[in-house]
Amino acid sequence: MKILVAVKRVVDYNVKVRVKSDNTGVDTANVKMSMNPFDEIAIEEAVRLKEKGIASEIIAVSCGVAQCQETLRTAMAIGADRAVLIESNEELQPLAVAKLLKALVDKEQPGLILLGKQAIDDDCNQTGQMLAALADLPQVAFASKVEIADGKATVAREIDGGLETLSVTLPAVVTADLRLNEPRYVTLPNIMKAKKKPMEIVKPEDLGIDVSPRIKTLKVNEPPKRSAGVKVADVATLVAKLKTEAKVI
Amino acid sequence: MTTLVIAEHDNASLKPATLNTVTAAAQCGGDVHVLVAGHNAAAAAAAAAHIAGVSKVLHIESETLAHGVAENLSAQVVAMASSYSHILFPATAAGKNVAPRVAAKLDVGQLSDVTKVLSPDTFERPIYAGNAIATVQSTDAIKVLTVRTTGFDAAGQGGNAAIDTLAAVATPGTTTYLGSEIAKNDRPELTAAKVIVSGGRALASNEQFMAIMTPLADKLGAALGASRAAVDAGYAPNDWQVGQTGKIVAPQLYIAVGISGAIQHLAGMKDSKVIVAINKDPEAPIFSVADYGLEADLFTAVPELTAAL
Repeated sequence: MKILVAVKRVVDYNVKVRVKSDNTGVDTANVKMSMNPFDEIAIEEAVRLKEKGIASEIIAVSCGVAQCQETLRTAMAIGADRAVLIESNEELQPLAVAKLLKALVDKEQPGLILLGKQAIDDDCNQTGQMLAALADLPQVAFASKVEIADGKATVAREIDGGLETLSVTLPAVVTADLRLNEPRYVTLPNIMKAKKKPMEIVKPEDLGIDVSPRIKTLKVNEPPKRSAGVKVADVATLVAKLKTEAKVI
Repeated sequence: MTTLVIAEHDNASLKPATLNTVTAAAQCGGDVHVLVAGHNAAAAAAAAAHIAGVSKVLHIESETLAHGVAENLSAQVVAMASSYSHILFPATAAGKNVAPRVAAKLDVGQLSDVTKVLSPDTFERPIYAGNAIATVQSTDAIKVLTVRTTGFDAAGQGGNAAIDTLAAVATPGTTTYLGSEIAKNDRPELTAAKVIVSGGRALASNEQFMAIMTPLADKLGAALGASRAAVDAGYAPNDWQVGQTGKIVAPQLYIAVGISGAIQHLAGMKDSKVIVAINKDPEAPIFSVADYGLEADLFTAVPELTAAL
């Protein structure tokens, strides 16, 4: 079984982003970029399925600028066998990415498609579900445990208040939540090996996909600031302030 | 122009997030209809009819809709979508699961976590974990949104809408619901709680987390929350997680215990009315958003606080 894993290049999660002074967006020049953390979990899960003998080949795919090649090399250092970059300098919104991935699913016919549940830049949490819709496949979003057997995936997913378990026929789309696994550290030998793994580069036009954005960003602002309050000396003062000043208890 | 709200419910009753979504729907202009798709969900449909501002409730019954499976629920929404200008879901685990599937089937973009309706096609939503607020305009004929419940007040009661019963459309049957484990407790739901006490990595173990935090929560009738670090370390269950990748909350009182205040945590709680931080590190970023900061060792300060309440 082939597994297709989608990965996104995003501003590193440790970077404190700044809104541009002209309010057109967030400043991403000279900022450290990394693989979206949830996508790293998705790649790790695919590699574990290969190590268990369930998957035969892992294909990592990324949609975006030429520098996404670095993200794909990281995916291959974790254990993906080959990579596809769908290269575009346009702003790619989740619907467009889902359409590009759908074209690749048609071509590669994977048994399982794994994605992170959400990218930490636009915080959309849409692409996996959209891909499942376009490809007419069952979906399990926010997975915390995946088991594959007899042409089906049994997946536990995070829901409000607990966990839910679904069984879906394969092929299916699964999006990774935080607790699915803990991604391994990439080792230097694996980084070297990843440099030799094959990477294909295609354009959205080659796949016949219109990627024009459906949502216009009119402006981007700083959120309203919350100012620091006061430090209190002890528990008794805290309780008194909450009772008489804030009146919340 | 009519807006369809997809109710979140457990068949017996509506989840409170539905009420905030109705308020957002009313701000989109036009009539508000509510879809209650479930199994033996007549009680939930009746509750939806009583929400102020709702002009019609659409009730669909099917065994396949008992658990809100995305494939099955989205098929019902897509089948009726052409009558609507806006389709709104609460931005909960359930709503976020289904809304993108509906949008893609309709070939429209989707707007996630909308916090403000500026006009029928223009909205505000946070990006980068709330470190920036984007004003976005949809160019699609049907707008599909998930609504962040903390951005909108809950709609009131007193409505008297007609309930139309519709037949379910066929679903592919490729997903089977096997079961769920819902943690049972008598505490209020995190996203609807008036008071939240939340613990961080400084609690140092699951046993200590429960021993220190539970009595305080009991005293205040509060919901329990946790930072991502505490959840990652296994001190607290995942669905307690407050932050960008967990729940977004805005209670009257939020007490952060042993939480340093990572950006992604602040994104989930900084709209709380009053924030209290208890931390022994005077430099902890949580103090920069706290109304009341107490620099102290939580292992002595929290039991003392519990006793003083």
